[in-house]
Amino acid sequence: MSDPLVLGIETSCDETAAAVVGPGREVRSSVVASQVDVHARFGGVVPELAGRAHLELLVPVIAEALERAGADGHPPVGAVAATSGPGLMGSLLVGLSHAKALSMAWAVPFVGVNHLEGHLFASLLDHPDLEWPLVVLLVSGGHTMLVLVEGLGRYRLLGQTLDDAAGEAFDKVARFLGLGYPGGPAVDRVAAGGDSGAFAFPRAMAEKGYDFSFSGLKTAVVRAVEREPSASTPDVAASFQEAVVDVLVTKARRAVAATGSKGLCLAGGVAANSLLRARVEAACVEDEVAALVPSQAMCTDNAAMIAAAGQWRLAHGGPSSLDLGADPNLALALGAGTPGQ
Amino acid sequence: MNRPWALSARTVDATTTRAFAAALAPVVRPGDLVLLVGALGAGKTVFAQGFGAALGVEGPVTSPTFTLVRQYRCSAAGEVELFVHADLYRLDHLREVGDLALPELLAEGAVALVEWGDAGAPVLGESALEVVIVPGGSEGPDTRTITVSGRGPRWAGRLGQVAAALQGFGPFEPECAT
Repeated sequence: MSDPLVLGIETSCDETAAAVVGPGREVRSSVVASQVDVHARFGGVVPELAGRAHLELLVPVIAEALERAGADGHPPVGAVAATSGPGLMGSLLVGLSHAKALSMAWAVPFVGVNHLEGHLFASLLDHPDLEWPLVVLLVSGGHTMLVLVEGLGRYRLLGQTLDDAAGEAFDKVARFLGLGYPGGPAVDRVAAGGDSGAFAFPRAMAEKGYDFSFSGLKTAVVRAVEREPSASTPDVAASFQEAVVDVLVTKARRAVAATGSKGLCLAGGVAANSLLRARVEAACVEDEVAALVPSQAMCTDNAAMIAAAGQWRLAHGGPSSLDLGADPNLALALGAGTPGQ
Repeated sequence: MNRPWALSARTVDATTTRAFAAALAPVVRPGDLVLLVGALGAGKTVFAQGFGAALGVEGPVTSPTFTLVRQYRCSAAGEVELFVHADLYRLDHLREVGDLALPELLAEGAVALVEWGDAGAPVLGESALEVVIVPGGSEGPDTRTITVSGRGPRWAGRLGQVAAALQGFGPFEPECAT
């Protein structure tokens, strides 16, 4: 039985996205409307605004995704998938409720998708020939984790942040340095003209385990600028970025070696950072493993990855109940699922 | 008597800031609101981790900035069963604070620790324990001055209790806020 055409809906944070994925994970359409302009004024995602903006954007975004995919049958798709968590409660509810309503109206299955699993599937859309096991470094505004993927649906959490996510550190440091939102691209841009060796910022727990800590680094940046108000902003940004990337890559490499993985896969919004991409690629060449660096479109939140993950979940666990609630703190289901692909 | 009160102490590094928070935690009761105030890098995360761990939270207390609110079940040993850690950093309008449903969670017996809580104070109720962390000072960059103040009916008369819990960090600089 071939996989159905799946409409994916993603509203967990500040992107309103819809996509249609067909059999063989073929992306027929992927539409993303970002609310970055709305949020830029506030230096971060404002949940109330996010929820409201999703409400306004979702219907036209879905219509466009269906149209671009040429899905004009009755029903237009064979299933509807939506992110059920983790994310912002109000935002998640908009997408999830909409997906359930469409599933009822079209009489097609509904499936809830874990946003984190979606990011893992994003790599699969870019690199269809992934070989297991592999280590995924998932870095975004809300998450920083190292996950061992032994096969689809079979995940082992190796480590995660004990305080701030890497993307959050970028956002907070960018705001502190007056660089604007979103912080990642802003720091990346400014750091390009700076000396990454100007400040020796701490690499918390770099030698120990797979957990991360970025709260102290943020504090160190604040203290350094207070001590030296005339410090060059590009130097501070470059040194900060160097410290984050250094810790991320050091731990990811160690995880790949320790688990005998065949590749290192980057996922999440921070995967768009140019220094992180370059370092991961260089490290993988040196270690002779595959570097799976996602395209820019697959780094950021999108619905193609949700549709792809939903398609797989549907085939391996069946539809979700319409009672499925949104869960802002949803964790990656570890060890669950069917072995192998 | 409904008089607000305050006391101040010094901590010398992150470890003692964490210990200070842990010493304060046993004072709070179900339904208490604690506002955590301090600039970026003041040590709010360290405080929250020490506070949560002392309430019996297992596992790391991670930043609530992204999800705004994180809830933790506390171990059975203590009186407090639910620890709510919130962050108002990204909120811009007071009415959005209401969307976090903190008063409802408090009414159900949770203890809430709210970062950047001073901003939300007007809608979070009249009773609160406010913890203000100010970094730096003549003794070095890791030093913190932590001021703990109680206001509203829930905290009136609890100065003695707080002072006793924190006695290892004294002597206090007595502050009698109006």
